[in-house]
Amino acid sequence: MNAKRLPEGGLIDRSKPLWFTWDGKDISGFAGDTLASALLAHGEGVLGRSFKYHRPRGIMSAGVEESGALVTVGEGNRTEPNVKATTQELYSGLVVSGQNAWPNVRFDVGAVNSLFNRFFAAGFYYKTFMGPPLRGRGNGTGVWMQFEKLIRKAAGMGRASREADPDTYEHGHLFCDVLVVGSGPAGLSAARTAAGAGLDVVLVEQDFELGGDWLNHGDKSSREKRLGLLAEVEKAGVRTMTRTTVFGLYDCGTAGLYERVADHVSRPESSHPRHRFWTLRARHTIVATGALERMFAFGNNDRPGVMNVNAGRAYLNRYGVLPGEKIVVATNNDSAYLAAVELSRAGAEVSILETRTTISSQLMRQAGKAEVSLSTRSAPMNVRGSRAVTGLDLAVTAHSGWVAKGSEPCDLLLVSGGWSPVVHLLSHRGVKPVWNPAQACFLPGETSEAIQMAGSAAGIWNTRDCLVSGHAAGARAAKALGCDLPQVEAPVAGGWKSAIEPVYEISVPTGKQKCFVDPQHDVTADDIRLAHREGFVSVEHLKRYTTLGMATDGGKVGNVIGLALMADALGKEIPEVGTTTFRPPYTPVSLGALRGRNVDEHFRPLRRTPMHNWNLEHGATMTMAGLWHRPWYFARSGEGLSEAYVRETETTRASVGLCDVTSLGKIAIQGPDATEFLNRIYTNPFAKLPIGKARYGIMLRDDGLVMDDGTTWRLSETDYFMTTTTAHAAKVMAWLEELLQTRWQDLKVAVTSVSEQWAGSAVAGPRSRDVLAACVEDPSVMENEVFPFMGVIESVLQGGVPCRIARISFSGEMAFEVYVPSDYGPAMMDMLWEQARSAGGCLYGLEALGAMRIEKGHVTGAELDGRVSIDDAGLGKMASPNKSFIGSVLRKRPELLREDRPCLVGIKPRDPGETFNAGSILCEKDKVSGMGEGWITAVTHSPALGHWIGLGFIRGGHEGWTGKTLVAADPVRKGNIDVEVISPHMYDPDGERMHG
Amino acid sequence: MIRIDCPYCGERDHAEFSYGGDATVEYPALDAPAEEWHDAVFLRENVRGVQRETWHHVNGCRMWLIVERDTVTHEIHSVQPAHGGMARSLNAHRGPEKPE
Amino acid sequence: MTRFSAWSVFKAGLSGQKNWDRQWRDPEPRPEYDVVIVGAGLHGLATAYYLGKNHGAKNIAVLEKGWLGGGNAGRNTTIIRSNYMMPGNRQFYEHSLKLWENLSHDLNYNVMFSQRAHVSLFHSPAARDAAARRYNLMRLTGSDGEFWDLARLKKEIPHLNYNHARFPIIGAAVQPRAGNARHDAVAWGYARGADRQGVDIIQNCEVTGMEREGGKVVSLQTSRGSIGVKKVGLAVAGNSSRLWQMAGLGRLPIETHLLQAFVSEPIKPMLDQVVVYGVGGAHFYISQSDKGGMVFGGDLDWYKSYAQRGNLPLVQDVSECTTAILPCLSRVRLLRHWAGLMDMSMDGSPFICKTPLGNLYLNAGWNYGGFKATPASGWYFADLIANDRPDPTIGHFDLNRFSRGANIDERGAGPDPKLHG
Repeated sequence: MNAKRLPEGGLIDRSKPLWFTWDGKDISGFAGDTLASALLAHGEGVLGRSFKYHRPRGIMSAGVEESGALVTVGEGNRTEPNVKATTQELYSGLVVSGQNAWPNVRFDVGAVNSLFNRFFAAGFYYKTFMGPPLRGRGNGTGVWMQFEKLIRKAAGMGRASREADPDTYEHGHLFCDVLVVGSGPAGLSAARTAAGAGLDVVLVEQDFELGGDWLNHGDKSSREKRLGLLAEVEKAGVRTMTRTTVFGLYDCGTAGLYERVADHVSRPESSHPRHRFWTLRARHTIVATGALERMFAFGNNDRPGVMNVNAGRAYLNRYGVLPGEKIVVATNNDSAYLAAVELSRAGAEVSILETRTTISSQLMRQAGKAEVSLSTRSAPMNVRGSRAVTGLDLAVTAHSGWVAKGSEPCDLLLVSGGWSPVVHLLSHRGVKPVWNPAQACFLPGETSEAIQMAGSAAGIWNTRDCLVSGHAAGARAAKALGCDLPQVEAPVAGGWKSAIEPVYEISVPTGKQKCFVDPQHDVTADDIRLAHREGFVSVEHLKRYTTLGMATDGGKVGNVIGLALMADALGKEIPEVGTTTFRPPYTPVSLGALRGRNVDEHFRPLRRTPMHNWNLEHGATMTMAGLWHRPWYFARSGEGLSEAYVRETETTRASVGLCDVTSLGKIAIQGPDATEFLNRIYTNPFAKLPIGKARYGIMLRDDGLVMDDGTTWRLSETDYFMTTTTAHAAKVMAWLEELLQTRWQDLKVAVTSVSEQWAGSAVAGPRSRDVLAACVEDPSVMENEVFPFMGVIESVLQGGVPCRIARISFSGEMAFEVYVPSDYGPAMMDMLWEQARSAGGCLYGLEALGAMRIEKGHVTGAELDGRVSIDDAGLGKMASPNKSFIGSVLRKRPELLREDRPCLVGIKPRDPGETFNAGSILCEKDKVSGMGEGWITAVTHSPALGHWIGLGFIRGGHEGWTGKTLVAADPVRKGNIDVEVISPHMYDPDGERMHG
Repeated sequence: MIRIDCPYCGERDHAEFSYGGDATVEYPALDAPAEEWHDAVFLRENVRGVQRETWHHVNGCRMWLIVERDTVTHEIHSVQPAHGGMARSLNAHRGPEKPE
Repeated sequence: MTRFSAWSVFKAGLSGQKNWDRQWRDPEPRPEYDVVIVGAGLHGLATAYYLGKNHGAKNIAVLEKGWLGGGNAGRNTTIIRSNYMMPGNRQFYEHSLKLWENLSHDLNYNVMFSQRAHVSLFHSPAARDAAARRYNLMRLTGSDGEFWDLARLKKEIPHLNYNHARFPIIGAAVQPRAGNARHDAVAWGYARGADRQGVDIIQNCEVTGMEREGGKVVSLQTSRGSIGVKKVGLAVAGNSSRLWQMAGLGRLPIETHLLQAFVSEPIKPMLDQVVVYGVGGAHFYISQSDKGGMVFGGDLDWYKSYAQRGNLPLVQDVSECTTAILPCLSRVRLLRHWAGLMDMSMDGSPFICKTPLGNLYLNAGWNYGGFKATPASGWYFADLIANDRPDPTIGHFDLNRFSRGANIDERGAGPDPKLHG
């Protein structure tokens, strides 16, 4: 290929040279260039290597359909593999390297694959690499996995960085009346019309320039028309977005947009993201996405120096590059002629190979005038040269197909096998494209949604009709949205003087060369025929067996040819083989854009209690509890987790401990029917809960298994304060709302989440009452007689802070939960801590909380895992036999009542010095295998008992196992430990301490 | 994105809502026979086409809504508050339909 | 039919690939079959294969409304594992994994099962202990499973997000025998294998009605005419409820949801294992295909649907999950995303069972775990159809388990189909 930059012409800015490197070589281009046009101007031919055979590949197009010039851009943690050189804007400092090759794309050792390519037909790997079947010696997957290692290394195209991406990304949201996709003549025209009617229009263009196909036109009048329409569009108030792709259409007028904010500069500005992902909601969508030019299959049609005709035209007219000296244009339709003429006028020697017998006299005249030679009934059958085109072997039509006839030297072959309208976005909506034999392409199908196709995306081939088509779509959109606008009839598909001739492959009987259908994945015409031979005849089978259309261009070029060849093999028409279903995204979208700012520590929101900083200031080490950070333990100097929680437990049991419990769910339940409501959702009776009392309650799901537990405090006749577990706070709230709004609409109850409104602390231990008494304004409210176990008061802390206190205990000690309005959380902690510290108390975290609850046999999410019945948890007494409640019927299903169900038990080691792990399986001593007898849910060192203890479940409950030695089997960690099963109430079983 | 026209908040992304389930399921009395509860809790019509279903505007007004939606096309035909009384007062507030 | 081997591939290379036959026939339906399986997906094809192979059944047809393997067979993330712990599931999925390990040889079709290890990350001591219960049970029942501490994990997969994760990684539960297979090859391998047993695989044949007589199905109306049947097995993910209603049997404990799957552009090998995690309301799985694409997915779209296309919120969510764990992937591009229909059951576990009709059998409710189940599903469904009684392993895979209270709820999510998976 002897391409060269022309001294003038094109849309590039020759006054702004840009320097970049290609495989370490410094090269220059101009502002307005793509990487492809700059490399082409510099005469670089081999830019990539193919997937399977490692064949040399060059530029094949000038757009998103590029299948050959795939390169790696950037270095280090900004490495981006598989970039299409044809869409990469040039900038100074751009670093580009070849990929999928060693040592480089110009000389690639991997090309040795080509020598064996006769064995590497489609699907060959399904037939081998399994290992010798001899007497089962090759059984298993070992042999395959050895081969697989080699295959994986060879596959995979570019290499991505292993380092974290340093750039930032953003999400945005847009709303508009009309979304117009594509800024070619049809799109611009549609946008102008719709905006002119007063509608809010967003026009989205994937390129960095507006104009679509107009950008590839060389004549002055096209340029003027483009600029004129652009001015009108701007004046009409259209919001235009360039470097932005509408990558998919989703439900209800939603579109996904992918904006490359900073891919045309070496680094995003510090205030800019690299990419943005926009979710756009439009009331009407006009798809004017144009059409893509196809090739046809013939021998070695993948060589560097073979591209589509429109690319040749784009490089000439837009980028000022004459892409070859001796150019052959092969075509089966009218669209190639203008390019041939323009290239000839620009100084190339151009000849046309026309598959058709006759063409319009106008085209013949044009060609002749521009000294373009024309051979009809002719086509290339093979490309000569391996790393660059040196010439062609030609074929002519005979009565029964193609026969070889002569050759022709050339350095560039441009091919037009017809055009495929870009129907992808409509295909995303589940609308099947319809084959149009006259235009030899798929046209968009009918849709009932507010989506219109316009311009060449609707199969309209000339600019004038595209303008009308866009205008008609704009007017129709306006009318649909209530604007009174005169309607125009949209032109029908077509627009060429002479009909296209459907040609998909130039095959001569003796041809042995590889004829590529989908070059990136090395899918050849023979592969299609092999798929046919083996019965993979539907389009879905064909693409999966041969990988047709699965490459990074998404089958934009190859799919139709593949279908046509299969139809030919079957002796059927193309629609009978099937239509191709395009899946989003239209072009690949960076995962960075899609994830936006939700990365690293911001992957999910972090919930902090109002006392978060207070806890940290007082030495808390935090742990995760769902989305919350909660204190895990408060280490004093020299302490680790184990020392700290044991001390916290001991201190709390000896004097007093404070623990932030704000993350519990809190729900206000109010109304005249609140009591009845609670009585239906809890298993235990709530009808007679006195004002000023709290009750521990369990709620079941509809299926009778435990959903959640917590306490509910009665504040007045009609006002309750419910707490839920931290984990199920949101779920319980939604559940209560569902019950009231759907099932029990007659109940007069309002539920309000007040989780954010109240900050809470547990005050636990024998000195807890003293601590609180010193904090409330009126200490008499704390006296035992007026504030018994399960009592509730509303009172005031010193300084006038309103509070709610309940005497409830999770630790087993005398304990209280005290809540204040959230903003007072830290002040409350200051007050409580001052008293607690002077009482010799401590702050405690989740680990100590866990230790104390295990000692008491209180259950949490580790036990109530969604598979447990209230009886399993040892709380069967809490299921009232005298009332109906949610789950009361289905909890009595036979399997749930079996005596041998696993029930909650305590566990201790046989040897008091031993430890054991949660997650161990409880097995009988002589049978440490199989499904076991039970499992361990939680363990702790019990300072009170002086050894490790645990909770768990075992078949039938603890009575049947008393005194027996069991094995806590933990093969993945600790091995086997001898344990005994005991009652789960391991500390103060009669509850004297909490009642005291 | 499915767009749901919440009667209280206006048209919003479905991501603001959480899907409940088949709104035609009638939950029996709390003491109804186990078979009725079994059928209500475990069996589903699983409509392919237009179905009445519940959605919770969980990141909005927190109302449970009854939505008529095509489960094949995701097209929405109607949205009403699930609570009959709420629906009536909303419709009263909107005023009577104008005669044709 | 040509036996596949390195030798046959070599010969084909020399003969211009001309020696290959059709991998399965394209027969016309006969007027009557002993057994008709409805649905030529993975499970239906596997069932037909094992009916022939294990039970010597003859005169079998598999009816498919579209193309074989055209549904979820080609829409999954190809993960194979047996890390199930509930009684029944444990044994079933272990049997499946064992069948997978020799499936290529059994079928004489390279399904490319690569035992590259399934690495389930955990982020809290509680999650670690919950995983321990599962993996301990696996070990005690003869399967494999191990724990990797952070040091080992960093050595095996150095580029996970160890430094800035919202939920710090503290270790992983690993099943080394788990991995990926080539999903299409499984469908084709079973189809070719079944065809070799004489099974008629009839594509483009939609069942439109069922004729019942005396508590039995006597014939199926299809788009290619009426077909008489002695026994019928349904294996139609995404259409189970419709077929069930066609049989006049009312409602199933199933709701159909859509699940999206994602693949990136191909890149050179960067991830050797299957990595999964679930934390903070996220649920995510990723592996790299032999072609180099990162294949990944997450949760359902959260609403019931029969549309085979998903929406953007999940695309965004899954991308967040990807880069949360592999921050280097944010410069890699999403190539395609698509969706399949999942028949979600009320407890997240499947049905392989008899039905109220004497000769009708049901295989359904695979949630989004159907791919790995393929061999065992076919194996036990064939056994059920051939012997008219369930093997004890699938004793609780019946429709009455909810009445009995024998739910098999691996996630403990309760009777809400969208919460299982």
